[in-house]
Amino acid sequence: MSTGAGLLAALILIAIIAPLTMTQAAEQLTANAALGPSPEHWLGTDDFGRDLLSRALVATRLTLLMTAGAAAISVVAGVAIGLAIWLAGRRVREVALRVLETAVAYPSLIFALVIAAVLEPGVSSAVIAIGIAGIPGFARITANLASSVSSSEYVVTARLLGVSPVRIAARHMLPNMAEPLLILSATVFALSLVEISALSFIGLGVQSPQYDFGRLLNDSLGALYTQPVEAVGPSVMIALTGLSVMLIGDALAAQADPRAKRSFFRRSLQRDRTAGVPAGDTALVRAENLRISIPGGPQLVKNISLSIDPGEVVALVGESGSGKSLTAMAIAGLPSEDLAVEADMLRVGEMNMLASPDQSRLAKDISIVYQDPGTTFNPSLRMGSQLTEVLRTHLGMGGAKARQVIIDALANVNITQPAQRLRQHPHELSGGMRQRAMIAASIVTSPKLIVADEPTTALDVTVQTDVLRQFRRIHREQGTAMLFISHDLAVVEALCDTILVMKSGEIVERLTSAQLAARDVHHPYTKALLAAIPTLEPAPAPATAGAPTP
Amino acid sequence: MTSSIAVEASRTPGVAAGGTGSRFIHHPWVGFSLRRLGGLVLSFVVLTVVTFLIVPLIPGDPAVIAAGDGASPAKIAGVRAELGLDLPMLTQFLNYVSGILRLDMGSSFVSGESVSTLIFTRFPFTAEIALLAIVLVLLISVPLGMTVAILTRGGRNKWLDHPFNFLTSLIYSVPQYVVGTLLVVVFAVTLRWLPAAGAASLNSLVLPTAALMLGPVCVISRIVRRETAVVLDKDYVRTARGWRLSALRTHARYVLPNLITTTLTLSGLILAAQLGGAVVIETVFAWPGLGQGIVNAILQRDYPVIRGIILVLGLLATLIIILVDLILAIIDPRNLGGTSSDV
Repeated sequence: MSTGAGLLAALILIAIIAPLTMTQAAEQLTANAALGPSPEHWLGTDDFGRDLLSRALVATRLTLLMTAGAAAISVVAGVAIGLAIWLAGRRVREVALRVLETAVAYPSLIFALVIAAVLEPGVSSAVIAIGIAGIPGFARITANLASSVSSSEYVVTARLLGVSPVRIAARHMLPNMAEPLLILSATVFALSLVEISALSFIGLGVQSPQYDFGRLLNDSLGALYTQPVEAVGPSVMIALTGLSVMLIGDALAAQADPRAKRSFFRRSLQRDRTAGVPAGDTALVRAENLRISIPGGPQLVKNISLSIDPGEVVALVGESGSGKSLTAMAIAGLPSEDLAVEADMLRVGEMNMLASPDQSRLAKDISIVYQDPGTTFNPSLRMGSQLTEVLRTHLGMGGAKARQVIIDALANVNITQPAQRLRQHPHELSGGMRQRAMIAASIVTSPKLIVADEPTTALDVTVQTDVLRQFRRIHREQGTAMLFISHDLAVVEALCDTILVMKSGEIVERLTSAQLAARDVHHPYTKALLAAIPTLEPAPAPATAGAPTP
Repeated sequence: MTSSIAVEASRTPGVAAGGTGSRFIHHPWVGFSLRRLGGLVLSFVVLTVVTFLIVPLIPGDPAVIAAGDGASPAKIAGVRAELGLDLPMLTQFLNYVSGILRLDMGSSFVSGESVSTLIFTRFPFTAEIALLAIVLVLLISVPLGMTVAILTRGGRNKWLDHPFNFLTSLIYSVPQYVVGTLLVVVFAVTLRWLPAAGAASLNSLVLPTAALMLGPVCVISRIVRRETAVVLDKDYVRTARGWRLSALRTHARYVLPNLITTTLTLSGLILAAQLGGAVVIETVFAWPGLGQGIVNAILQRDYPVIRGIILVLGLLATLIIILVDLILAIIDPRNLGGTSSDV
């Protein structure tokens, strides 16, 4: 921001001062024609003995004024038309947007050429041509911004309250569109500069004896072989002006973009890929004093210890932000990259999850089922090529064999026409079907551990039941150990052997399924979670809010 | 910023998004083709009207211009009758349209050459540098943008951020004709490696193409970088990591296909805008294409040629946009519904 703004301020200063002090040197014809650079003439002189540096600096005023004029025409008319389109009725809006869409596709310089062809070449016609040529683009952007702002809550509320559309546009929408519009205005300014200079450069803009950057560059083209330095002044000035505006635009955009503020932390990995398993430790997964934190920030998971025996199903239960997903992903070896993970021990089988274990073993031994089946599949690949990835990459299966394995697995989770599903893209399947497909793919490698991160949360209740049934069946038939994340005790009750209740990064209570079934719980947070389970028993009297369900 | 705005801009509010199965048209390709054909026809109609209007709108009498300086009133009247400028406006328009449909757009006021012939001679030169530039731009900027995005993912390699942003900003903010002029100064005048102007040899292609592609390479690699950063944050990339796929496989199969839609949509618009750049670049290099043709025509007030070239350049822009849509639809059938957005 500061670089760009400083640069622009300097250019504006030049635009004000240079014409007052340097006009003489820039325009007076002298006998010192076509000189090279010298202490008197830093960039030399042109064929008429005029100082080239002075000419380049004096031209700043006319160039900036013309550019500002053209950009103003594009922005003001563009915003007005864009808002008008949004305010117009639905029918008009659709037609207008269609027309704008077509207009935007045209190179604005060619549009400007049409106008320049009609008007006599000169300063004002260049400004008008470039200004008008920029209107459709800005109008379209305004209309689109308006439509996205107009669906925001406060605009909807204002509309429901009967506030007039014009007033909504002026009071509620424009202020909220100001920032992106400002950023885009910088872009329009830069574009206008380039195009106005282009018009002058090809001889259709500013005419002699007036001169702007483009005109100067055009003059230099004729003298390129005899006086190549003549091109330097206008080139540098055009580049600097464009750069200053661009930097301002970039800085404004970066301020508006929160992603830019993220910082990276290089995780220190342990060297030993295998963890020493103490004699007598039969657990499949063991985490001791697991700590997860934002580097230099708060600790999100605080000294958690847990173990999962082979074939055991362990639930991590708690509200959003309790750290249960972070814990599960750390155990699966997929922690978010900007988090620091530490532990006294973190192993799955013999794999040290604090190091980087062999990828094929990881892929084979640990399967992960994610929360939202709508976003976990690559939208641009067919289901078949995604579901067979692990089989082909890590188990060395051929394509046809892998497909057959997946087809059988899909049939097992009651997916109809499995062979045909493999040819479809993810968006062609329902959410429940996608999640069942994910579960099917997760067991074909006969993993030792399945990590399921809220696998039912994003699904309809009826579909939830079916997905849970699949997990139970897998456990019954294959005896796979599972780490099952949920915020809902009712979901885990029927499935899990051990239930760990998490709150604010700590395990507050450990329950066996028998204890949970008997409602033998002690921590108030667990009781509150239990109370949140809706019961289907007809309640004789309205239940007291917050009381544990009997 | 660029990408989000453009994605925003590519979504047409009010028009059902992604509605592939309209009530009237069952097969998505039928609807797609009809819509694109409609767009082409609409552009053609608009372009025909606009180019026709150029002549009635110019200040002064076209017949005087066509007859040349110092023509006698009798000659001017003759020219007026010959060009049909004395006919009613509607008749003139109908004549103009029927002329276009017969590929007869009159002859140049200056050389007397037929406008169609002139366009056919000049067009290959413009197509040559424009196509070469487009291919090179995509071949360079997609890998470049992806690499930078992957290297700077999640805030790592922060040192790379600034040079990349600064250099691409700098080069992009230098207009193509300035780049072209500087290239001539360095490579033709000073080093004498390459010809400065003309289209005499293959070597002559180098400088115009370079001047034409440098800016787009910068802006498109920035777009690719931003889009890659967005895609890298998606759940399905985490899924691929959960399947422990190699970095190459993850990026080639799970990242690249998902940024190509937005990239191509934006690139199409940017590359169509390059036609404008080509006009100016041809002047720098005395490249005998359509751009040089129209600039000369405007300077000489040669209106039949102006009309013809504007019409052709406009149709070319439309064709580029349609071509991009077609490629997108082939890559990903979800784009059949309309101009694509990212999801």
